[in-house]
This record gives sequence, structure tokens and C-alpha cells, in this order.
Amino acid sequence: MNPKRKQRLMVLLGLATLAAIAVGLVLYSLSSNINLFFSPEQIVKGEAPLEQQIRAGGMVKEGSVQRDKESLDVSFVVTDYASDVEVRYSGILPDLFREGQGVVVVGKLENNKILRAGQVLAKHDENYMPPEVAEAMQGKMPTETLE
Amino acid sequence: MWAFIHKLGSPKWFYTISSRLQPWFWGLAILLLLVGSVWGLAFAPSDYQQGNSFRIIYVHVPAAILAQSCFVAMAVSGVIFLVWKIKIADMAATVIAPFGAAMTFVALFSGAVWGMPTWGTWWVWDARLTSMLIQLFLYLGVIALRGAFASRDSGARAASVLALVGVVNIPIIKYSVNWWNTLHQPATFTLTERPAMPMDMWLPLLIMVLGFYCFFIALTLTRTRNEILRRESAKRWVRELVADTGRRG
Repeated sequence: MNPKRKQRLMVLLGLATLAAIAVGLVLYSLSSNINLFFSPEQIVKGEAPLEQQIRAGGMVKEGSVQRDKESLDVSFVVTDYASDVEVRYSGILPDLFREGQGVVVVGKLENNKILRAGQVLAKHDENYMPPEVAEAMQGKMPTETLE
Repeated sequence: MWAFIHKLGSPKWFYTISSRLQPWFWGLAILLLLVGSVWGLAFAPSDYQQGNSFRIIYVHVPAAILAQSCFVAMAVSGVIFLVWKIKIADMAATVIAPFGAAMTFVALFSGAVWGMPTWGTWWVWDARLTSMLIQLFLYLGVIALRGAFASRDSGARAASVLALVGVVNIPIIKYSVNWWNTLHQPATFTLTERPAMPMDMWLPLLIMVLGFYCFFIALTLTRTRNEILRRESAKRWVRELVADTGRRG
């Protein structure tokens, strides 16, 4: 490679490296702000601010969903299997909301155990399967038909 | 070896070779996209939780993959142009940018349409969605910067530098779902792991991804050829070619 081209290549590589370092440092300093939500463990430990709009994410604990018979009020427990936070919400839940499903709730903490949610978002995981397979995995179908 | 690369960079040689290659890529693209979309949209089983709305994956995932591949291709072309002054690389970068921007938009739009029923929101400022939006702005910036200069060469150089710097965003998009808590789920489709779905769901997806790549290659070849004719219109071989086609047509 002739010296001039080599020099240009070096300048470009240097530029790209500097840009990467700069962005890396920015992201590093912002890292906690980029997280979309607090985990229940962080909330219970008191890492999340009270009386401020925050997001909390985790799994809806099995058997914890309680619906009010007269209104749209619903309460459930969000867990990361380390700590639990109770969520109180009034409104329509997304289609994918169910027990054992991941959710992100937006709202204010009343204390480090209870969150009053203004919005509930369902979090989908990367697993997809046809309904028959899902049923079979839950043992509702004879296992021979799994193949 | 350098002689070969320089030959590759000659517009005339590229024009000749690409005229032989492009029908194959167009044919393959049409075939794969047809098979993939019919299979994916009509015959693949629906998801046990999302029902049919998961089928948006057959457009969303290929578009998102392409959006990032295009950016890398554009940046690599930019470096080749800056270091070796190969014109054809800049022509390719010029035609890739709008396509990449379109793919980014398709990925964002299809994601929003899917997000509404699945997550319960069109948009959320999580790391994956935000970094993808930044990529759209980077594409638009590259296109705008190229056009902002009176001389084509200055525009090309500025756009190449921006593309190169913008590549920093690519790993951020890719790993955003692993580095931070996001609403967006981790990758469905990776080269290293088994896909998290049964074969009759991921096979059409694979076909769609390949189809999108073929479409990208075919479109880039065709548009680069147009760009060659446009920029080299004063050259003798282009004039002869046009005169020749005129006589035959």
C-alpha cells in the first residue's frame, strides 16, 4: 500500500476508534439511565425514587392477579424471583398480559413495596410457538402427537 | 492482487460484469420473496400467544437485519472511497443510503404496528427502539450531507466520514437488548444459536431474510449501473454504448 493511502487509512481508523471511545464513555456514564425499567429487587432495596414517574419490569407472579368485580381496578405482584412489588392499576390490560408473563409497568412508587401504575405494557420474549405445541408442552395433549 | 482490485473498481468493467449478474439476483429475489411471504403469511402456524400478529416478523426482522447490513456496506464503501479513491465505491454508497433508510423505516413502522397489540404501546424509549431511530437519522444525515455540497467529491467525502462514524451505532443496536433492560425482546434469529421457534416458523423467515438480501444486491447492482451511466455520461465508452443501443433499439 502506498504511504499516502496508508496514512489516510490510519486517519480513518483513528477517527472511528475515537468515535467509538467517545460513544462508549457516554453510554457508560448513562448506563443506569438507559435501562428501561427498575427490577423489583432494585425497588425493594430503595434504588428507585419515590413519588416520581418510573418504570418497573418483571414477571407477573402466578396467582397474584386480583380483579375488582365492579371496576377496572386490578392488582398484581411483579417479581424477578428475588423480590416482589405489588402493582395497582386501573384500566385495560394488553392482550398478552397474563400470569407468568413479563410486563413493564409505568407509574409512581407509593413506598418501596407498592407501585401505582398509569400504564401496563406486556413484554414479549423471543420464543414463538404454534398453539398446538404450547398445549402439548402443558400436557393437555398426549405426548405422542408432539412430533 | 492490487491490479485485480483496481480492475474491479473500473466503472466499465463493473458495468459489464453486473449486467451478467443482475438478472440472477433479481430472479432469485422475486422467487425467494414470493415463496417466503406466501409461506410465512399464509401457511406458517400462528403463535400461541400473539395469534396472527406475530406474522409481522416476516417483514420486520429481515428489514431490520438489512437496515444494519446496508449501513455497514455503506461505511465500508465509504472507507474504500476515502482511502483508495475508487469511484465505484462512492457510487455504491450513494445508492445504498436511501435503501437502508427505507429498510430502517420499515423496521420501525412494522415494529410499532406489532407493538400496539402486543405490548400495548406504539413506541417506548427503550434502548433498541431509540438506537434504531438514531440509525434512521444517521441515514438521513448521510443523504443530506452528500447533497449539501456544491462539489460532488466534497459531499462524497463528508458522507463517507459520517457513515464511518455512524457505524459505532451498529453494535449498540445489536447488543442493546443484552446490555440494558429493554421492552424489546432479545434476538429471535442469530447465527450462533438455535432459533427459539419451530422449523415451520423460522424456515420461511430464513427465506425472507435471504430474499431481502438478494433484493438488496439486485437493486444495488441496477442502481449503481444507472449511477455509472449518469456520472460517466461524458466518457467515450458510455457514449458508444448508448449509440450502440440506440442503433439496435
